[in-house]
Amino acid sequence: MTIFNQQESMPTATYSAPDATGHFGDYGGTFVPEILIPELAALKQAFARAWTDAAFQDEYRALLRDYVGRPTPLTFADRLTEALGGPKIYLKREDLCHTGAHKINNTVGQILLARRMGKTRIIAETGAGQHGVATATVAAKFGLQCIVYMGAEDIERQHLNVERMRLLGAEVRPAISGSQTLKDATNEAIRDWVSNPHDTFYIIGSVVGPHPYPMMVRNFHLVIGEETRRQLLEQEGRETPDAVVACVGGGSNAMGLFYPYINDEGVALYGVEAAGEGLDGRHAATLSLGEPGVLHGAMSYLLQDNAGQVQLAHSISAGLDYPGVGPEHSYLKDLGRVSYRTATDAEAVEGVKLLARTEGIIPALETAHAIAILPRLAQEMQSKEIIVVNCSGRGDKDMGTITAYL
Amino acid sequence: MEQKEKAMGLFLTNGFPTPADTLPILQALDAGGADFIELGMPFSDPLAEGLPIQRSSARALGHGVKMEDAFRTAEEFRAKSETPLLLMGYINPILRYGVSNFCRAARSSGVDGLILPDLPPEERGLVADHAQEAGLAMVYLIAPNTADDRIAEIDALASGFVYAVSITGITGSGLDDRLDAVAAYLQRARRLVQRNPVLVGFGIKTHTDAMRLSRHTDGFIVGSALIRLIERLWDDAALTPDERLAQVRAFAHTLKYGGT
Repeated sequence: MTIFNQQESMPTATYSAPDATGHFGDYGGTFVPEILIPELAALKQAFARAWTDAAFQDEYRALLRDYVGRPTPLTFADRLTEALGGPKIYLKREDLCHTGAHKINNTVGQILLARRMGKTRIIAETGAGQHGVATATVAAKFGLQCIVYMGAEDIERQHLNVERMRLLGAEVRPAISGSQTLKDATNEAIRDWVSNPHDTFYIIGSVVGPHPYPMMVRNFHLVIGEETRRQLLEQEGRETPDAVVACVGGGSNAMGLFYPYINDEGVALYGVEAAGEGLDGRHAATLSLGEPGVLHGAMSYLLQDNAGQVQLAHSISAGLDYPGVGPEHSYLKDLGRVSYRTATDAEAVEGVKLLARTEGIIPALETAHAIAILPRLAQEMQSKEIIVVNCSGRGDKDMGTITAYL
Repeated sequence: MEQKEKAMGLFLTNGFPTPADTLPILQALDAGGADFIELGMPFSDPLAEGLPIQRSSARALGHGVKMEDAFRTAEEFRAKSETPLLLMGYINPILRYGVSNFCRAARSSGVDGLILPDLPPEERGLVADHAQEAGLAMVYLIAPNTADDRIAEIDALASGFVYAVSITGITGSGLDDRLDAVAAYLQRARRLVQRNPVLVGFGIKTHTDAMRLSRHTDGFIVGSALIRLIERLWDDAALTPDERLAQVRAFAHTLKYGGT
């Protein structure tokens, strides 16, 4: 692709993306209005300082332990393993985090950064409402004003999370433009930030957006993979499984689990996208069927038409219902380091049932996409091998959707 | 300071309010005194725009407007006018079209330059060489929070003019009521930008706004206020097409010269 000005070769010994300008090979970057350039520069500097500052790390780790409830368990799924008749399956239990999903690892980190930068007003975008709830939660904990943008359609579909956010003291503002879903809520949040750069901190909920967000959000989720290595060593005598599986919408839970394994060539990494009604129908399989493009500040794979207009995504899972994806996933796809597969709405619902009935765990519909590929993956692997699946969230929020679907 | 006549740039989304209306409106703006035209290429996710330009984009896309239509509009406009015309738009449709082909097609349609609000200098490598090769000016934006050294760097990279965003905000916002702060920013911009003209835009609705903000600059740009006017005129079934165009022309003239 000659349109790109940056080219990076395949990493050999150690993986070091992104580069200093926030590019993951051809992807990433800072495609934003000029007003945000100084804000992103300040954020990049503040994050770099905080990340290597022992006092910040202590505060962040203490909150993860005492407030989020980490470390989350690594649960051996014995009955699921038995049911699938293949490799041993372990579940990384992010569903047991406070607020019910991995999202809070990131919001805790970003709100500490916001406080360090002297910002008094927090904004966020949300699709299903999980990131909105995780943001409203930490804003309440730190006593900061919080405004969450949410598509008007999603407000209808995810009313329980809207009420949770309001109870936590956040203002939920409907995004009434375009498709009135996550994509439009993100546009509105960016417009708010452009209009209020001095006092406002934008807590982005996934490994998307302009640099440094994809890197920063990934780093705030690394704890998922770091714990997994330690826990697998304790339980199996080895830090590395043979395969790691996670769902990918924007891709934050996947990056948090994948990243500490990127340099371990023996670990196969699988990202699972939402195939919606099927890949020939409405779907959200950005990496599988999209083309590189720019949305929300970064170059990445994108669902778009021939004229470069962004297409609407569809998934039964509101958290995967996004036409873009994190730029690092685009890079890892092109490198061939991660294999991206898909699961349909119907397969995801089967995934919910499978985990519920074998393990007594009702996963979020997002998570269920990762569960859904296990029967097939198990057939491709040997019984002495080990799979770790990111159980990224719990399914209470989806009961209405699941019941309506069944 | 107000001796020289200020240049006036006017923005219109291609395909708005309908594809057939765009060209006659541009010609009315030209006749009303526009010194250059900014023709918007609609995008599904225009994240620097306020509601009026968002609506105009959605309406144009609803008519099925494509990149080729912007080239056609430019060509038809250029056939009858020498007034400079720039294309304004988001980077993704241009990437999809192919940057090199886009730049060549734009130039051969009579387009003079590009304004790409989500392509800051950091990412210019995708476009700048192709634009230069084709002979298109590259306008970059500055904002009230842009540091002095960066303004100078942007001036060095820009051609055509430097677009000074009047406020930290989106298009169609209210103007900053801290007049001293705005004046100080624009004076700073005028001092630091030495190679290019400086034009101020965002939030300008009237001749008074335009004169106040362009006091320290070479001119001004109006977009959202014009879009709002067109919405009002084209929704008014009592008006004939000629009456609508006459009002558009009068709006442009009044913006530039004052009076009613």
